[in-house]
Amino acid sequence: MSGPPVTPDPTLAPVVEAPVPVPVARASGRPSRRAQIEEAVLPPLVALLLAAVVGDLLILSFGQSPGAVYRLLLDGTWGNAYGFGQVLYKATTLVFTGLAVALGLRAGLFNIGAESQLAAGGFCAALVGLLLPPGIPALLCLPVYVLAAALGGGAVGAVPGWLKARFGAHEVIVTIMLNFIVLALLNYLTSTRLHVPDTLHTAEIRSGQLARLADLSPAFQGSAANMAIVLAVLAMIGLWWFLFRTRRGFELRAVGLQPQAAEYGGIDVGAVTWRALALSGAIAGIGGLNYVLGYKHYYEEGFATGAGFLGIAVALVGRSHPLGIGLAALLFATLSQGGLAVNALVPKQMVDVLQAVVILAVATSVPEVRRLLRMRRGGDR
Amino acid sequence: MTDIPPAIRLRDIVKSFGPVQANRGAELEVAHGEIHALVGENGAGKSTLMRVLAGMYAPDSGTMEVEGRDVTGWSTADAIAAGVGMVHQHFMLVPTLTVAENVMLGSELTRGPVLDRAAAEEAVRKLSVETGLAVPPAAKVADLTVGQAQRVEILKTLYRGAKILILDEPTAVLSPPEVRELWQVLQSIRDAGGTIVLITHKLDEVIEVSETITVMRAGRTVARMATAGTTPQAIARAMVGRDVALALDAEYSGAQLPELGAVSALLEVRDLSVAGANGQPVVKSATFSIAPGEILGIAGVEGNGQTELVEAIAGLRPYTGSITLASRDLATLNVRARGDAGLSHIPEDRHERALILDYSVAENLILGQQHRFTRGAALDTPRMLSHARELITRYDIRPDNPALAARALSGGNQQKIVVAREMARDFKVLLAAQPTRGVDVGAIEFIHARLREARDQGKAVLLVSADLAEVLALSDRVAVMYGGRIVALLPRTDATPETLGPYMTGAERAA
Repeated sequence: MSGPPVTPDPTLAPVVEAPVPVPVARASGRPSRRAQIEEAVLPPLVALLLAAVVGDLLILSFGQSPGAVYRLLLDGTWGNAYGFGQVLYKATTLVFTGLAVALGLRAGLFNIGAESQLAAGGFCAALVGLLLPPGIPALLCLPVYVLAAALGGGAVGAVPGWLKARFGAHEVIVTIMLNFIVLALLNYLTSTRLHVPDTLHTAEIRSGQLARLADLSPAFQGSAANMAIVLAVLAMIGLWWFLFRTRRGFELRAVGLQPQAAEYGGIDVGAVTWRALALSGAIAGIGGLNYVLGYKHYYEEGFATGAGFLGIAVALVGRSHPLGIGLAALLFATLSQGGLAVNALVPKQMVDVLQAVVILAVATSVPEVRRLLRMRRGGDR
Repeated sequence: MTDIPPAIRLRDIVKSFGPVQANRGAELEVAHGEIHALVGENGAGKSTLMRVLAGMYAPDSGTMEVEGRDVTGWSTADAIAAGVGMVHQHFMLVPTLTVAENVMLGSELTRGPVLDRAAAEEAVRKLSVETGLAVPPAAKVADLTVGQAQRVEILKTLYRGAKILILDEPTAVLSPPEVRELWQVLQSIRDAGGTIVLITHKLDEVIEVSETITVMRAGRTVARMATAGTTPQAIARAMVGRDVALALDAEYSGAQLPELGAVSALLEVRDLSVAGANGQPVVKSATFSIAPGEILGIAGVEGNGQTELVEAIAGLRPYTGSITLASRDLATLNVRARGDAGLSHIPEDRHERALILDYSVAENLILGQQHRFTRGAALDTPRMLSHARELITRYDIRPDNPALAARALSGGNQQKIVVAREMARDFKVLLAAQPTRGVDVGAIEFIHARLREARDQGKAVLLVSADLAEVLALSDRVAVMYGGRIVALLPRTDATPETLGPYMTGAERAA
């Protein structure tokens, strides 16, 4: 990589006087750590505060005290081991669908198909589970299950990826349409071939079930939280490493930011597109293990309903960063579990409204707060 | 005479964006009916000062007077109402609307609830005749050339009643004949009593067209002079704060050209044709070769196939015909493989193609070579950083922080990233498309030196530039592209603005 030596030319001496100020770059030339943290943390906090204010008004409109409702919501979620377990369980699925959507967004693609990819992943895992003989240790089975779920979700994701790369078909349309087709197909297969009579689910798988948290601490008794949490954390770390540390991640983000520059940089934009959507589908698919392997031990029609779409919100609120997605997944899981807890005081649909408000607040206030922060520090010219 | 207030008087204007002071005590005084050049390097604060004048920014302090009236901190609406109009560097036109529709946008002519297109077209036609700004009123803006689009911008501003016209780098996109036409238009506007402020950093323009010059450096006004009494060197010195070698008067210092045919060419392009977006050919049977140690300059008005020619060679566009690099046919090689085979490419579009603005300087310095900076699947961050530090020092990229996003650097320093990256790889042929567009005088000088250096090391350089002075200052042979064809290919000694001009306008063709 050694380039041509540049002979020092006196006329090229740096202009010492009157340096032209460059934004962000101050004396040290480095945006301070504090500024970076401010920019990452402050906007979502402002958004949450906004959402809380709207929530207060909603609660007041039902004639209840906001303090009492929020206390109930917290007591029912983070306040006891069962509630907390349920939050963790719900957050686990949301981490996977959130990461899936985020991976697409990083490549400049909007994957609306996490819903059906999640279901396909769970379905394929259950299929493999039905074939495996009983009594094989979970650790041996796990890689097989992960692979099956990833292939199931990945196949559903690869279709819109290929159609986009080959024909330019818009991934939003294709993934939405595939949601209907894939869910209908899975329901058909389940209800005609695989279901246990009089139910909408398959027979139970007999090996490789994930341990529940309740097995470790009896306080979690009754909650669905299980070791899939570990998979979720690994997926977060893995995706972070992939996006920000590997060459493929470098290329994928380049395509998302500036496709023309990516093309110039020798990156095959079409290949990155379909790989990104396939990988996105695979991640969503692995999320199906949380239910199939960790909770019910069978595939059931509609087990994933809503989790794929909520994944879009999680990715947006988490700003497509794995750590942000973890926190956003906990937030949305808390709200959704908390809805059950506050049902006595206000309709649980109020919490759905609150989720929507969070999304709107993040979408509108985050860019605005960031702009203000940059203004104060002297940002974009 | 002295009682008449100047058209514009800006005093001690300070405008900060956070800690960045874009203007720190800028002054500007423009007399009625003059063409006033506002010059300075990129980032000197010219555009900011003019946006303050046009009401887009309110100054932090200082006073603004227009026609003797205090207008400090007025709004864009106030400015338009008072007859101050700005023509921006990036056109603000709606491509799918016609010329007349664009001109009347914001003050639409109507008959009842219906747009009166005929009246609008008539108004545009009338204004066209008055000013000499010839444009077809019913044509869609998308179908216009860049020069025509710019005329529409000026018409739009005049249509709104502008008496004081601010033009931000208007010639950046124009061919020499178009530039001459623009000067005529500006002079006729001035002769009709208009006042014009011209933002530029091209010194030949300043000398040619202006009456008075204000020079800005680092947010301050550092000089104000009558054009008649100054020289390009004096202006450049005021702009940069030191003496610089100007491309304009740089003597062509030719390399010892090998006898043609004695050495095999490094880049050979034969019968190359490229189809444009609508399937029509935009490059037609181009044939040329470049020897080691030679710079072939391609002159011509932009939009005559230069972009497509370069991108076809780089592997970014499908083509017919053959391209060989050091006797190797590139037909089956993709962009990355061409790079590995020894092709370097400085693309003309810095912001869309050459850089990923949200990536750091270090990341941008490996774009296109990312597969060479890996350790397993991961990027080799330590090696990326040492690579970046080395190039930042060697190419004087500022600020010298490899972690900074490319977006935060000035245009000249962004271009240095591109040049550093493309010159630091192991290459035989360099494609340099508009390598100094939109960069300041100091950086132009630096980039020219690097191109000559590549030539002197025996590389083949294809230089494409809309700036004829640049082509003449650097090239060993000069080709002219017109209508997708190479219409002339002359040794440097035969190439002058006079000999090349007819080819550039399509009046003549040889080759």
